[in-house]
Formats: sequence, C-alpha cells, structure tokens
Amino acid sequence: MKNWPLWEVFVRSKQGLHHKHVGSLHATDEKMAIENARDVYTRRSEGVSLWVVESKHIHASSPSESAELYDPANDKIYRHPTFYDLPDELEHI
Amino acid sequence: MNNNLLNYVLQISDNAMILGHRLSEWCGHGPILEQDIALTNIALDLIGQARSLYQYAATVDGQGKTEDDLAYLRIETKYKNVLLVEQPNGHFGSTIVRQFLFDAYHYAFYKALVNSADETLSAIAEKSLKEVTYHLRFSSEWMIRLGDGTEESHQKMQDALNSLWAFTGELFEMSDADTSALEAGYGVDLSSVKSFWDEKISEILKMATLEKPEEAWMQSGGKQGRHTEHLGYILTEMQYMQRTYPGQEW
Repeated sequence: MKNWPLWEVFVRSKQGLHHKHVGSLHATDEKMAIENARDVYTRRSEGVSLWVVESKHIHASSPSESAELYDPANDKIYRHPTFYDLPDELEHI
Repeated sequence: MNNNLLNYVLQISDNAMILGHRLSEWCGHGPILEQDIALTNIALDLIGQARSLYQYAATVDGQGKTEDDLAYLRIETKYKNVLLVEQPNGHFGSTIVRQFLFDAYHYAFYKALVNSADETLSAIAEKSLKEVTYHLRFSSEWMIRLGDGTEESHQKMQDALNSLWAFTGELFEMSDADTSALEAGYGVDLSSVKSFWDEKISEILKMATLEKPEEAWMQSGGKQGRHTEHLGYILTEMQYMQRTYPGQEW
C-alpha cells in the first residue's frame, strides 16, 4: 500500500461553480480514487462532482522562481480595476 | 399493536444495526486511512437506517419505547438479524466478502421494499437504497480487486467465501414475519431477491476469478433469535453503557 500512487482531488461544491482542489489521497487506480475521494471529501455534503488527477501529472512552478514569476506584478496596481467610480445603482460588480 | 409488522421491521433494522456495529469496529484499524473512512461511512449509513427503522418499530410497538430501548435493552434471543451480519470481521478481505454477500441481498431487498404497501417502510427503503447501491459497488469492486489480485489475496478471499457461504441460505428463508408481511402487501418476496442475488454473486465472482462454493448445508436461526456465540459479545459491548448507567444520555 505504500506504493499506491497519490491523487489530487477536486470538488465542485455546487452546479455552476468550478472544481476546487481540496486535498489528496492514495488509490491504486482512478476508480478507487473517485470512491476514496467520495468517502474522504464529500461525506458532509461538500460536493456534487469530483475530479481526481494523479499527482504526478500536475506540474508546478518552482518556489525558487517565484521572484521572477510573481514579484513583477506587485507594483502594477493599475492592473486592478480599482480606479473607476461606479454608479450606486450598478449591482453585482 | 401489529406483532407481525413489528417483527418484520425488527428483522430489517437488526440486520442494519449489527452489521453497522461490526463495521464500526474497523474505525481506526482500516488498512489505510481511505478505507478506514470508507468502512466507517458504510457503518454510519447502516446505523442511520437502523435508527429510522427502530423509531418506526417503537411506534408500531406502541408501548412508549424509544429507538434506544430497542437497540440497547433487548437481549440476544430478541434480536432477529441474520447470522451472516454478526460474523466476526476477520481480515479486511473477509469483511469485504461478508459485506458483498449481504450488500447484494440488501440492495435487492430494499429495491423490492420500495413497493411496500406500508408508506413508512417504502420511504425508508427508498432513502436506504441510494446508500446500499454505493455499498454494493464498493464491496463488489474490492471482491474483484482482491479475488483477482495476488495469489495470496485470491486464496484469502476464496477461504473467506467458503467459510461464510453457510450463512447465505438464511437470507432467503421466509420467517413467519416475512410470510405474513408478503401476504399483507408490505413485505418482500425473498425468492425474487434470491434470483437477483444469485445472478449478482455469479457475475462478480466470475470477474474476481473466485469459485462459487457448492450448495451445502446452511446455517439458520437468526430470524428466530437463535444466534451464533458472536452476537452475545457484540451486545455486551454495544449495550454496556445503557445497562451500566440506565437512561444515560449524551
């Protein structure tokens, strides 16, 4: 069982929302991964749909690259749409 | 009070209660965390079913008892569960075999009970059927996985199947409560449950590369309150708190 691959689990909490990463688990194949995910992550009615992806298929950015990847965004506040005055009657924005 | 109906409801609820309790013994002992949670989820489903059924039984009984009186203050000979569900967990594989043999029955039973003339039984069956559909899927897949696994897992599954087989005949024996329930229109014809069961068992055993044991002498008596030695130990543990501190609540 130590050799069982690791899977990442994504749960859609309700129709219309996107799947969100909730954690990981061990399983021998995708079928078992879905069942384990159902038992581990949706038993308190957390979801209506599940995705599982074997962790080895997830490619991540490296923490050592975070300076070049993310820091340049820090001083570009003009990319946030916070400089517009919105009329009061506008809702849902 | 309708004694036949009461006995009929108790037969169904005692199966769920005892198997649920058995599975709960796995809590903290599962082979891996994920399966530990899976088994205890099934245990909780079954105990939930038992609660609904005991609440109904208490109403039918009409003597002011509660679900807790029925679960915690009845002695062994008053329990009407089939012998299969009280058999010890053994290893993970034998728990799976016991679960699979019962799930295939349980699924077909509830499916038929949905058509019960008794509205409460029908409603409980409908709700429980969703849970049991998953239980059957879970145990079937593990039957296949372990039966068609390694040489060792295959042998363990075959041994467990051979030793539990003698407890399967009783599932389809019509007790007095079963017969009168069927006649009154609120019960299930166990012979039709058996044909589904036979088919399901053959299908899954074939995929699991396991041999179906030959028809041999079958144990029975649970529905009449004649149990194997194991039930006494289960009840001792399960009922300890209520008997030591009567009326105790959370």
